[in-house]
Amino acid sequence: MQKLFKLMSSVLIAALLLFDIAVPAARAQMVGTEALLSATAAEENRARVAAFLDREDVRQAMVQQGVDLDEARQRVASLSDRELAPMAQALEQLPAGGDGVGAVIGAAVLIFLVLLITDILGFTNVFNFVRPAR
Amino acid sequence: MQAGSRMIAGLFFFALLIFSGGCALLPGKELPVPASAPARARIAGVPFFPQEELQCGPASLAMVLNWSGIAVQPAELTPVLFSPGLGGSLQSALVGGARRHGRVAYPLSGPPALLAEVAAGHPVIVLVNLGFFWYPKWHYAVVIGYDGEEEEVILHSGRTANERLSARLFGNVWQRSGYWALVVLPPERLPATAEEAPWLAAVSGLERVGQSQGAETGFATALSRWPDSFAAWMGLGNSRYQRGDLAGAAAAFSQATLRQPENGAAFNNLAHVLAGLGRRQEALAAARQAVALGGAFAAQARQTLQEIEALPLP
Repeated sequence: MQKLFKLMSSVLIAALLLFDIAVPAARAQMVGTEALLSATAAEENRARVAAFLDREDVRQAMVQQGVDLDEARQRVASLSDRELAPMAQALEQLPAGGDGVGAVIGAAVLIFLVLLITDILGFTNVFNFVRPAR
Repeated sequence: MQAGSRMIAGLFFFALLIFSGGCALLPGKELPVPASAPARARIAGVPFFPQEELQCGPASLAMVLNWSGIAVQPAELTPVLFSPGLGGSLQSALVGGARRHGRVAYPLSGPPALLAEVAAGHPVIVLVNLGFFWYPKWHYAVVIGYDGEEEEVILHSGRTANERLSARLFGNVWQRSGYWALVVLPPERLPATAEEAPWLAAVSGLERVGQSQGAETGFATALSRWPDSFAAWMGLGNSRYQRGDLAGAAAAFSQATLRQPENGAAFNNLAHVLAGLGRRQEALAAARQAVALGGAFAAQARQTLQEIEALPLP
């Protein structure tokens, strides 16, 4: 008898848990403000990284390092919003403006980016957030 | 002799290491008072609550909440803020505690922002480390004034009201928290240093804790400064919807669709609200538009369309 109760209660708990998850998912047609803001921020991050990769000085630096830009772009596109955020943040700390190539892209930043991109390409493994779990 | 001088050099180097970490608020100037602000400022009407043991978080939040017009005692905030296992209150708990009282918790970015807010009459909660980085002693206090001539910062801190700290010392202890600072304001009042995205993020935090009236006010405040902000119109619509004001929500979402006609999210929410108002044809049109535009919320738009199509015809 007690065993039956135990079984019933665990079935009930499982059912409740299931419904708890299912109900909000079914009613999520309104786009919430928080979701909207984070989607906007994620898009801006992507645009920032993409714009950076599009810069001529960056392109040259990448080519010098033997990094295939198209491949790099594709890999950046395959990163999740969360993975992309630290990259965009690092770029934000760069001085703004597109001229003064050598001054703007400091050696440290270049090293960071090259490592990041080669990380993505699987040559190195410095930033473990880039590497998929194996 | 040589060993002695080496030791002195080592000690000197060690001292340099320790003191170079804690520099002035800004290099070259102890107290970077903004040009537009007065040389000294002092906020009246910030009540002082002497803190109990380990309770600087609740005491600090109670001071700024009372200043903002909410009568609350530190003891009432303790269960919400205090983490007994940590022997203190986390920053996120302070933010959450402010929101639960319908106040906007707006983080500040550094020394100039702090002084600008105090000059505008907004008390600021700061997190300081009274110990060292290797032996931290974290503490919250409320900045209520500054004196640019004496190079001093005035705080309600611990058991001392109106404590005057030299800008240098304050800069040292505050820098160790990465200049963490928070203003807690009624949603109709913008911070002096307000920027659009962080203000909207702070207001949407009110929406999250169910303070939809405060959120509505906060988004309306945003629109008074940034009338073309798409996200602010969306937030206004969402908070009105949360409060059951469907007509008001529809008006706000319509404004949002005008601001960003290429964004499906606004049409999706508009469709949902129009359906709730019984305006089926308009709702269908908006939902189809949302599906056609696609974007990050395409799945939601398809679901909205399905649901509206499934509604019984009048």
